[in-house]
Amino acid sequence: MGPLQRGGVTKMNTRVFSYINAWITKLQSRWQTIVIAIPFYWLLLFFLAPFAIVLKISLAESIIAIPPFTPLINFAEGGVLTIRILFDNFIFLMEDDFYVKTYLNSIKISGISTLLCLLLGYPMAYGIVRASPATKNILLMMVILPFWTSFLLRVYAWMGLLADRGTINNLLIWLGMIDEPIRMLYSEFAVYIGIVYSYVPFMILPLYANMEKLDTALHEAAADLGANPITTFLTVTLPLTIPGIIAGSLLVFIPAAGEFVIPDLLGGGNVLMIGRVLYNEFNSNHDWPVASAVAIVLLLVLVLPMMVYQYYQSRKTED
Amino acid sequence: MSQDIKNDENLWEVPNAVPLIKVQGVTKRFGSFTAVDNVDLNIYKGELFSLLGGSGCGKTTLLRMLAGFETPTSGTITIDGVDMTDVPPYERPINMMFQSYALFPHMTVESNVAYGLKRDGVEKSEIARRVDEMLAMVELSSFMKRKPHQLSGGQRQRVALARALIKRPKVLLLDEPLGALDKRLRTQTQFELMNIQDKLGVTFVVVTHDQEEAMTLSTRIAVMDEGSFVQIGTPTEIYEFPETRYVAKFIGSANMFNGRVTQDGADHIEISVNDLDTKFYIDHGASVRLNAEIWIAVRPEKIIISKTPPEKPGPNQLKGTIHDIGYLGNMSTYRVEMSNGMIVDVTAPNQTRYRSAKHDLDWDDQVYLSWAPSSAVVLQK
Ligand SMILES: Nc1ncnc2c1ncn2[C@@H]1O[C@H](COP(=O)(O)OP(=O)(O)OP(=O)(O)O)[C@@H](O)[C@H]1O
Ligand SMILES: [Mg+2]
Repeated sequence: MGPLQRGGVTKMNTRVFSYINAWITKLQSRWQTIVIAIPFYWLLLFFLAPFAIVLKISLAESIIAIPPFTPLINFAEGGVLTIRILFDNFIFLMEDDFYVKTYLNSIKISGISTLLCLLLGYPMAYGIVRASPATKNILLMMVILPFWTSFLLRVYAWMGLLADRGTINNLLIWLGMIDEPIRMLYSEFAVYIGIVYSYVPFMILPLYANMEKLDTALHEAAADLGANPITTFLTVTLPLTIPGIIAGSLLVFIPAAGEFVIPDLLGGGNVLMIGRVLYNEFNSNHDWPVASAVAIVLLLVLVLPMMVYQYYQSRKTED
Repeated sequence: MSQDIKNDENLWEVPNAVPLIKVQGVTKRFGSFTAVDNVDLNIYKGELFSLLGGSGCGKTTLLRMLAGFETPTSGTITIDGVDMTDVPPYERPINMMFQSYALFPHMTVESNVAYGLKRDGVEKSEIARRVDEMLAMVELSSFMKRKPHQLSGGQRQRVALARALIKRPKVLLLDEPLGALDKRLRTQTQFELMNIQDKLGVTFVVVTHDQEEAMTLSTRIAVMDEGSFVQIGTPTEIYEFPETRYVAKFIGSANMFNGRVTQDGADHIEISVNDLDTKFYIDHGASVRLNAEIWIAVRPEKIIISKTPPEKPGPNQLKGTIHDIGYLGNMSTYRVEMSNGMIVDVTAPNQTRYRSAKHDLDWDDQVYLSWAPSSAVVLQK
């Protein structure tokens, strides 16, 4: 009697237990979906919705009204639905070489800035990775610290440093190294300084994360097999940090290409960058459709190469 | 390459032989911690020298100093007559197989193995030929184009071995080379290693945790403890004549007895063991003093276990009851409890089927232990 009953109870227990278990597993897998779904739909909504609106405006015509553009879809009297799509704004951008030049200049400036950030950030990231744990934390802190003050304030500070009667010129004159102030503010040079200064942390952090994962035994193995430090760097360190280089470069290049504050404040009217043009079209000319077209083209210019790269990358890993 | 080493000649026994690796008074400190403590060591050409010792005793540190990844705090290392103090790792005639393999993850098996030759600027066709040859030897020819992450643990290990061997270094350092392999593959690779050594005439220095591995592979073994060598010798010497309790315990297992010397002859000594009703008779002399407290060790397999009492009482005999039996298949370990509570381990082959009618040793049986006068070893401390 005893054993039989005990067996029965045990069986019940296991059944209930396995039921609960299955239920938890189900909840877990659903939970995972939910956790992924929330940011996914969030991004979808708050990236795609504004994009759709901007795209819509870029296909309209500027008018003096509120809002200052023609509607895309119109219900004419009598309930006839008309859709008006105009590519005029895009054609206008292509035809006026001012815009083409500005795009090219933006890409040039952000490209060179990215390269400078890489040249500056790579050794810094490497140094941080190799530092002792205590120093490492301090150095990382110093990379992140600037974010605690407003970006705008830091750019203004650079204006104070670079101006004709600014700190640097005053110091050089006081030291007797120059007689006349060197013109630094309101030039491409100042824009490069501003961009590199502001964006170098975005290069350092992904590189740091990448290098931190590298096994130092790999360097030792290379040395052991006869590679001097330079060869070790070129054949082992560099190839293995390419993911970090790409991530850092994208994080610098993309926002730098659309940068508005830095060219405006440090470049003045002398440096053409697409962010400023966009701002002017929108706020000074009140030409929302052209401003939108400028934004759409910028997006295409930045995103297309990335997508092509992604495509080839995924094909390569499949092989 | 190995013609000048005749097989039966052990260079470390030749009086004026020049060692390939000469370690003199090497100490390595990390802060205030001494990882390697004033070590002297000679390793000769063609040897397979094993470093054995517990975790953290400084084996890897010593190896890393040979390879040049750590600088000795004091002392010198000479390899093939050249002082290595100022020679960087990439210029040493040494290759190392890492404990973690350290294969380059972005390179194929082929490029990993070719890496060392490329650095030496060897001609392309020659590199291809030697890589093919080396991969054939470690039986990985069909995996040439794979990346390390597409290989099993054992395959990775063999790539690491091939990569370290391809430059035909004078010395190959191996840090726990066979750790990741299962027993079967391990034995196979052990023999492969010995073959490779015969074929290429490379001198091996092997770090291992596994005493069985050390026993099978080595020409000589150095047992380390807390940064210094406790004993250096051939596998037989280390096993049959351990000098200290640490060595006796570390290599194989041993029953240790504490006793007092009662007779000290030129050809024998007699020891009476504290609170055990027996005398130990050892048929060789040892440098001990009369009445000195000493330790003696007897290996479990050297003890004969029987239920029938010995014909006449004498030295080297004990009586006890079986406290526990460990069945290992081919043999069994009997833990025999003495009258004073001490446990003596005895191993005996299972010549009759275990627990069959004929196999008469069982729990709580009273048994008699005895051993030959040559079996016990006098330990120094
Ligand atoms: N870079 C270092 N800094 C500080 N201490 C170290 C360093 N490297 C090793 N040690 C210490 O030196 C001692 C010896 O280390 P080592 O790696 O040589 O041990 P091991 O004999 O190889 O051990 P295992 O068998 O576990 O691999 C250890 O106590 C270790 O903590
Ligand atoms: Mg180790």
